[in-house]
Amino acid sequence: MKDPFPFSAIVGQEEMKQAMILTAIDPGIGGVLVFGDRGTGKSTAVRALAGLLPPIKAVEGCPVNSATPGTSPDWAHVTSTRVITRPTPVIDLPLGVTEDRVVGALDIERALTRGEKAFEPGLLARANRGYLYIDEVNLLEDHIVDLLLDVAQSGENVVEREGLSIRHPARFVLVGSGNPEEGELRPQLLDRFGLSVDVASPNDIATRVEVIRRRDAYENDTEVFLKKWRAKDTTLRKKILAARTALPLLQTPDSVLEDCAALCIALGSDGLRGELTLLRAARALAAFQGAPSVNRTHLRAVAPSALRHRLRRDPLDEAGSTARVARQINDILPA
Amino acid sequence: MTDTPPAPPTDRTGLAVALLAIDPIGLGGLWLRARACPQRDRVTAGFDVLPLPRIRLHPGIGDDALYGGTDLAATLATGRRVVGAGLLAHPAALVLTMAERCPAGLAVRLGQWLDAGTGCLLALDEGVEDELPPAALTDRLGLFLDLEGTGWQAVSAPPDPARVAAARERLPYVDTPEDAARMLTVTAAGLGIASLRAPLFALAAARAHAALRGDDCVTDDDLRVAAQMVFAHRATTRPDDTQDSAPPPPPEPREGETSQTSPEPQSLPEDMLLEAARAALPADLLARLAAGRAARMASGSSGTGAAKKGNRRGRPMPPREGRPDGQSRLDPVATLRTAAPWQAMRRKLQPQAPGLLIRPSDFRLRRFQETSDRVLIFTVDASGSAALARLAEAKGAIELLLAQAYARRDHVALVAFRGTNAELLLPPTRSLVQTKRRLASLPGGGGTPLAAGLRLAMEVAIQARARGMTPTLALLTDGRANIALDGTANRPQAMEDAARMARAYATSGIPTLVLDTATRPQPDLRALAGQMRATYLPLPRADAHRMSAVLGAALA
Repeated sequence: MKDPFPFSAIVGQEEMKQAMILTAIDPGIGGVLVFGDRGTGKSTAVRALAGLLPPIKAVEGCPVNSATPGTSPDWAHVTSTRVITRPTPVIDLPLGVTEDRVVGALDIERALTRGEKAFEPGLLARANRGYLYIDEVNLLEDHIVDLLLDVAQSGENVVEREGLSIRHPARFVLVGSGNPEEGELRPQLLDRFGLSVDVASPNDIATRVEVIRRRDAYENDTEVFLKKWRAKDTTLRKKILAARTALPLLQTPDSVLEDCAALCIALGSDGLRGELTLLRAARALAAFQGAPSVNRTHLRAVAPSALRHRLRRDPLDEAGSTARVARQINDILPA
Repeated sequence: MTDTPPAPPTDRTGLAVALLAIDPIGLGGLWLRARACPQRDRVTAGFDVLPLPRIRLHPGIGDDALYGGTDLAATLATGRRVVGAGLLAHPAALVLTMAERCPAGLAVRLGQWLDAGTGCLLALDEGVEDELPPAALTDRLGLFLDLEGTGWQAVSAPPDPARVAAARERLPYVDTPEDAARMLTVTAAGLGIASLRAPLFALAAARAHAALRGDDCVTDDDLRVAAQMVFAHRATTRPDDTQDSAPPPPPEPREGETSQTSPEPQSLPEDMLLEAARAALPADLLARLAAGRAARMASGSSGTGAAKKGNRRGRPMPPREGRPDGQSRLDPVATLRTAAPWQAMRRKLQPQAPGLLIRPSDFRLRRFQETSDRVLIFTVDASGSAALARLAEAKGAIELLLAQAYARRDHVALVAFRGTNAELLLPPTRSLVQTKRRLASLPGGGGTPLAAGLRLAMEVAIQARARGMTPTLALLTDGRANIALDGTANRPQAMEDAARMARAYATSGIPTLVLDTATRPQPDLRALAGQMRATYLPLPRADAHRMSAVLGAALA
């Protein structure tokens, strides 16, 4: 398997890249939804993100990537106390996946051959402290969506089935991608994504050509290409780590809070999750840019991603939500 | 640049296979659209020159086969864990049969595998008319061949393995001129191809073609061939149409994009490539693909062939014998119950074996019965008489119903009939924005081909049923049929045809609602509804809200 395409080598799609970097800085923002046409670099960006993320420290052999030896779940019977460094997990959740695979289930093989009641952890366990990626998320079966909603909300996976009674932490950043022409996403699930991004094929020829050139270079001369971009990826990773450190020290003036509230009220977004995400994303962006405090510029930069999927959807509205958000931003938060 | 003729189409089959054999990874694969026929066999015979082992897949393949996993039967037989390797574990050329039936989930998995660059995919698409493989898959396959109407003679013999092997050796050393990427990108944009995978495939195809010619450098000729092979079937705008009119019924207009990019290449030297690609465009391709692309949207969450007896959710049904795969769940209790009576006998045969003695034949699977998705087929009379009276109101009511359908996660299809025939404006979809757009652009006028409308609606219903959905028909008409099925203006014949279709509905068991949109209730239509065993609702003059309330109550 080839190394993924370097994140910094992705041409354009600035909003998507920004959203992904922000969740890497503050996982609490709660995931990214990327909607757009085929061949616009959605999957590429997610796979590239996996290569970009700083590694995590986890107990060796722990199925839920616990950070310290004492916190591994009992059922896993982890004996090792060694803490190893491993890449941040980016777990694919394929369509048509069964419930068992997602939440985990009784290990049938052991139950039948050895008569033992053992838990076989699922994808949610593996995704703990990392990312869960769902390609074509709008085609996901409804019952799997229900499961995800519940776990994404509580950060804990509860398995009560086949005589098992198990719970384990499942905190992950949900990354979804899809093509809106193939189906809509349920509002409940939409709301669980912190940021949402609409991507489109670049319109100008120069950008398109550059995309093709880089991709072609990557395909044909992978080593050279990766070497060329590795330094940039490393710089970006360092910036993300620095932003993580800077985040708690960041000042949030009251005026920014008022701006957040005013914007959300004007847009009529449901609940308060919009404000919270908007603020978190703005803080993460400020930290990333090394600013001492959050200001209106940061809010303006993240507001479309943080709010466009939270508007009460009028299914018959012709104008996209992006346009509505942009209009309100200009009205409420003039630059 | 018409002085150099494009490569004759007869070459396409052999060339496609040869190019794929030279650079299987770079080109992703081949989408071969043809029914099983000697021509197709001749093309598939050429796959022997691929440098990868060939593995056949079927659309119903499970995850355990793709990704491997515990082989339960073998594990039980040997008493130790036996793990089977999945088909996707090794580089291979996967042959996907019946690709048009490929469910969305499988398409995504195969797409991910293709993106990883470990192999190529040969999609054998046997679809008729608007049946197409998922776009997530076809977008990742560089080459396309349609053998419909291609005679046996036109299919060239399999490429010479030695020549292909030599070309493959040469491929890494083929130089690409600086400008090639730009030319191909501009051409793709000019043809309205949004996906950026297309120019990449074209670049790979051009290199493979140069290598096949035994050249060390990609020439204009290679680019031309590449554009033909890769761009022709992806085109959404015919370059020659961009001048006089907007692209004919765009399946999903992307604002600003095509209009911005298409005029530009007109003035550029890439015209030559456009010309070449256009030469390979079949005349009706655009309409065909547009229809198919829309149809694909219908497949809903679980894809084609979603059976009503699911094995994952819904009301539990008695467990049945079967082999656990990635899709179904074992029912441990039922399995043990089946195995229990045999324990004494099996113990005699295997005295040393630990634990319970369970054979693969004991496996019992869980089954659930789920209610399938509903698809509401709106069949709208857009004839002159209806247009005058109530078309606007009918539109309004449908829009309101759409909002309800959205809340209930119903699919919606739209059939309109006017003039001499009926038209499927929107295949079953959940996309409301699209429905709204199609509805808004529905013009009124002409005769009332009621029977044709009913026939088309029934076809849609039957197709939806084959996909595991439950169709419901809502017919909005004033009932004054005056165009017969054969398109002639003959009122008695038209009424007779409509009555015939109505009886077909009665036997088909499709729930139907007839909404009389005439100014006064029509006794003829009421009789027709009776023949259809439909609910008949005469609507006095009413606003859209009231109409929608009536409809909503009748369909609930």
